[in-house]
Amino acid sequence: MLAVLETRTIFGGETEAARVIFYLLALATLLLFFWGIYRRIRVYRVGRRPAGWRWLRRATKYDIPDVTARPGVSKSAAVIAANRSITKVKKPVGLAHLLVFWGFIGLFLATSILSLDYDILGNASRIVTGHTYSFFRGPFYLGYNAVFDLAGLLAIIGSVMLALRRWFSREPQLDYTRAEIPEGGYSRSKIVLGDQVFMVGLLLILVTGLLIQGLRIDGEGFPSFERWTWLGWLIGKMFASFGVGAASARSAHAWLWWVHVGSALAFIAYLPFSKALHILSAPTNLVVSDPANIRRLPAPPEGAAGYATFADFTPKELLAFDSCTKCGRCHYVCPARTAGAPLSPRDFILDLRQWSDRNNQIPLFLDSEDRPTPSGPLAGNGPLAGTVIKERTLWSCTTCMACVEICPVGVEHVPTIVQLRRSLVDRGEMDPTLQSALQNISTQGNSFGKSARMRARWTKGLDIPIPDARKEPVEYLWFLGDFASFDERLVEISRTLAKVLNSAGVSFGILYEDERNAGNDVRRVGEEGLFEMLVESNMRAFEKADFTRIVTTDPHSLNTLRNEYPAFGLDKEVLHYSELLAGLVYRGKVELKPLGRRVTYHDPCYLGRYNRVFDAPRAVIGASGCELLEMPRNRTNSFCCGAGGGRIWMDDSFLEERPSVNRIREAASLGVEYFVVACPKDYAMFSDAVKTAGLEESMKVVDIVELFSEALIGADLVEA
Amino acid sequence: MKIVVAMRQLADLVEELEVNADGTDIDRDFVKFVSNEWDEAALEEALCHKDDGDAEITVVALDEPDVDQTLYTALAKGADRAVKLTGHDPEGWIRTGDRAAILASWLERDDFDLVLTGVQAADDLDGQLAGVLAERLGVRHAAVVVGFHDADSAVQVEQELGGGTVAVSSLELPAVLGIQAARQTPRYASITRIRQAQQTQTIQEVEISAGGSLGGTVRKISPPKKRGGAEMLEGSASEVAERIAELIRSKGLARS
Amino acid sequence: MAISVLVLSERIAGEHPEATFELLGKGSKLAKQLGGELAVAVAGTDYPVQELGGADVILELAGLEAGAYAAPIWEAGVAAAIAASSPRVVLMSTGTVGLDLGGSLATRFGGQLASYVIDLDVDGEEILATAQLYGGKMLAEVALDSFICFATVIPGSFPADDGRSTGSPRVERIEVGEKPKAVAMAIREPETGGVDITAAPMLVSVGRGIGSSDNLELVQELADALKVPLSASRPVIDSGWLPKPHQVGKSGKKVKPSIYLSFGISGAPEHLEGMRNAEMIIACNTDPGAPIFEVAHFGTTVDLFDLVPELTERFGG
Repeated sequence: MLAVLETRTIFGGETEAARVIFYLLALATLLLFFWGIYRRIRVYRVGRRPAGWRWLRRATKYDIPDVTARPGVSKSAAVIAANRSITKVKKPVGLAHLLVFWGFIGLFLATSILSLDYDILGNASRIVTGHTYSFFRGPFYLGYNAVFDLAGLLAIIGSVMLALRRWFSREPQLDYTRAEIPEGGYSRSKIVLGDQVFMVGLLLILVTGLLIQGLRIDGEGFPSFERWTWLGWLIGKMFASFGVGAASARSAHAWLWWVHVGSALAFIAYLPFSKALHILSAPTNLVVSDPANIRRLPAPPEGAAGYATFADFTPKELLAFDSCTKCGRCHYVCPARTAGAPLSPRDFILDLRQWSDRNNQIPLFLDSEDRPTPSGPLAGNGPLAGTVIKERTLWSCTTCMACVEICPVGVEHVPTIVQLRRSLVDRGEMDPTLQSALQNISTQGNSFGKSARMRARWTKGLDIPIPDARKEPVEYLWFLGDFASFDERLVEISRTLAKVLNSAGVSFGILYEDERNAGNDVRRVGEEGLFEMLVESNMRAFEKADFTRIVTTDPHSLNTLRNEYPAFGLDKEVLHYSELLAGLVYRGKVELKPLGRRVTYHDPCYLGRYNRVFDAPRAVIGASGCELLEMPRNRTNSFCCGAGGGRIWMDDSFLEERPSVNRIREAASLGVEYFVVACPKDYAMFSDAVKTAGLEESMKVVDIVELFSEALIGADLVEA
Repeated sequence: MKIVVAMRQLADLVEELEVNADGTDIDRDFVKFVSNEWDEAALEEALCHKDDGDAEITVVALDEPDVDQTLYTALAKGADRAVKLTGHDPEGWIRTGDRAAILASWLERDDFDLVLTGVQAADDLDGQLAGVLAERLGVRHAAVVVGFHDADSAVQVEQELGGGTVAVSSLELPAVLGIQAARQTPRYASITRIRQAQQTQTIQEVEISAGGSLGGTVRKISPPKKRGGAEMLEGSASEVAERIAELIRSKGLARS
Repeated sequence: MAISVLVLSERIAGEHPEATFELLGKGSKLAKQLGGELAVAVAGTDYPVQELGGADVILELAGLEAGAYAAPIWEAGVAAAIAASSPRVVLMSTGTVGLDLGGSLATRFGGQLASYVIDLDVDGEEILATAQLYGGKMLAEVALDSFICFATVIPGSFPADDGRSTGSPRVERIEVGEKPKAVAMAIREPETGGVDITAAPMLVSVGRGIGSSDNLELVQELADALKVPLSASRPVIDSGWLPKPHQVGKSGKKVKPSIYLSFGISGAPEHLEGMRNAEMIIACNTDPGAPIFEVAHFGTTVDLFDLVPELTERFGG
């Protein structure tokens, strides 16, 4: 038959029986696919929906840039389209994924268009009019081939890049060794195999697709319009040059077509039961993930202390488990894992997923861990927090948010960890040192076990008065936090800040003995009742005082005051002291002389990642004339000191290397003399780390206010 | 088995204690009161017995600052009933003799097999509660108890004599035991549980008038004079370690 | 001459405890001031008699079997001795027996009692006791004016040598008529783990500051490097991190090594009681206000987790 217009036959050369077989297979595939997806969605639907729950949260407005605001769906879509969450670190890997991502979207579109034309339009028109219509011809056909050949090529390039990395890279995040080694051992060889099946499967579909295109063109004797099918044309020519004639090309095409179609159908059917599921779950999860969730921790389930059963998990959390691709980025950046603690955020999510799948009898092919003796997620019984996830694992988390920050698919590990910790606290299962810290906080309002009356003792020996915000109106209410009030090393810095504020003419005051631990870390430990009690105490104290805004020395307090206290009625702006100091510089309230030092700066987790205050401390360092050398891990990628989330109250001597020491060594490699911090806990942690690392001679830990104070001109009151 | 745990409040030792105006007591106005550490051990031991399945626990305390907190915490941990005895000055220094008299007066009306209380408290200037209370009730007692188990009408008691030596004796019930240590560190009651206890359970209040002084006259109270104290070694961990190593070598106790 | 001071020897088996001699020394001074004799009450009839020369009278409490102890039985025995001798002052230590019997006997005889006593004097008609309160944060001066006064004394308050004088006290046998509803069953010695912290020339001791049992290894390594035993304060023992024979303090052992090296021990009075007589005390505690620095000769506030590995290294660990 002579083609009036350029096109090709669908099912070129296959028998009628083959067509029937294909459609039956396709039908079975789709049934399996939707059954798999349905089973998963059914699981999400049984998830707990807390009060006011919605998939997409409406953003609320605050004066301060709201770090808890959820990006709109269009912004999330843009992030997904550009694979931004993947490319933000490891650009080549991100690019490769972007190629696969768009390549497959292209090929999916191509198949969909073909199906629309042939299966739907063709059949419908034949039934209605008795005549088969098709738009798969002429210029459309030529453009279709030209564009989607490109998609195929991009997908192949991307897949090959990723496959090479998977096969040859020794990056630690690709290593599936667990952080917590279960007694009796474990095997993740199925997971490893699953990765290979996924990757090789994709390559097989892509390559066979191109080969059959080439064979078809070869078999059709290279009609000139098929030059538009440029890649197929080239491959066809390649076959021809190897001496594959039209007849043998047609017969090769006939069986290779089955390989292509068979692997494609098999892949679709396999998708809901494998790592490939992330193709659907990950973008969904990115759209519904909520930056408020980690900064303003969700309440425990109604009527329960914390997570104890499957029904406690929210649909979002269950979806997040299914989104994890085991990319290992969280595993790599986690300070607990780095220090040798039995926590890896990746393993945490994978264990919960396996446990959830077991609970719901969802079969997983090549995507599960095996253990010779059932334990952890495979254990027959035992509490969720304690058996499925080990206590030590849960207590290892510093809540530093590095995992949440780096996760390319929007998993929020920390809130779930806290929900599990809550049930440990409810059962009273915790480190004795943590128990005594909590008891101290509940009796005296501070973790130091000092009398509440001693909180303002640091003001003694100052020759300037520290106004009492409960007795006179002030602009800034200075909320010190426990460390700046009680730690011997840090009260000196508090005095320095007091002198600086005084000499810069800032109107400020403190709450004296009425200040209590703000409760950020208490909440993250999982002691929700104590947190609420502390909020109530502090709110009562705030009500007694007359002030315009709050400034705090402690990033942890900043986080809870700024993001969590509003739900309890606080409606004041909350600043970090670095923001106040930077403000003094910008508004010309102070004059600084250059100190000319080489320094590096450590972003505190709760200031940087949590509250996006990156520039104010750097501005203070710059204004004091210091040269700032950034550590490799800076800003959003900053490495936790190891003290957050209540870890500072727990034993850390079992760690191979404390995170703070790891961090100090990173700084030491820059050859700087000063390690600048903007957080009292950091000062304490890194002062110790400098000693442990034996760097006391070459490196000094300083607080930004110490730099500021030293650089301050004409303020005689201020001594460094 | 019916166990009564007698608990009490005590000035938190983390407080900087000051002497009151007439110099015969500490200044109680600004001091935080917490539950006596050894009473917590007594409660823990009682709870362990309950966990083993054979105890009904009543906690009893005299009205003292923040005592409700202690009683609700005990309820949150698993005590069955809490009783607060009133009728005295809750703000003052309740001496052991009076405390024992008040408790005895209440216990005489209540049914019990065992009374557990802390072996001592930091302000029991006129003796430890267990012995005084037992004498008033006319029942057996033992102090520095580190373990017990009940057998029908008697309790087998282990008393720590020092250095790990333990005296084992059998006391006919009822008896009063001064607990030195529980078999495990006292459990933690989360604030949520304590608040639940506050909402769902009540503290029974009983007014008692009784007294029985045992102490002499306190002439004065004063902080001890500081003696010289230690020579503090300053410097880095490495420097301090070197000084200590020298000290050890100077005594000829190590070679290297 | 009438008996004015009665000291209770808290000997259950073996030697008389050190505290007995401390009380005998002080008791004899008080007896002189009160113009009477000093008596010592001893359980059973088989006891080292020649050591009690510091007393004028020995009251043998017949029927108190040596080698076993039950508070009600001893209470009956000592009560009989008090009834027979009518002393003005009864002295016991704040050991287990004193904590057992002080309050109950004072109640029984309607006398006044002072506990945690560190000094005693006669002031006219009154007995003046100085006692520790609030873990030694306060001292109280108490005047006892009852017909019979009781004092439980913190061991170590008086020199024991004063009570070791020779003499030939007369012996009186006290028959105990009362039948207490109790049975003294046994004395159980600690399981011998081969460790005797009282004999070691040096001790490495740990307290609550160690945080958790996992960290003990760190200090154990130092002790191993120094080839000395590890000892501990009560919280470490009560938490089950080290067995009981390792405990220093009131309810543990009294130790007198040449060097007592403590880590993370704040120094509760009960602990200080057990180690204050060490020749040299070196204390490491991050709290500069810790009471242990009051009795220590050398102190440091360097974190034990930094200091211990440094020390271990220096001794070839």
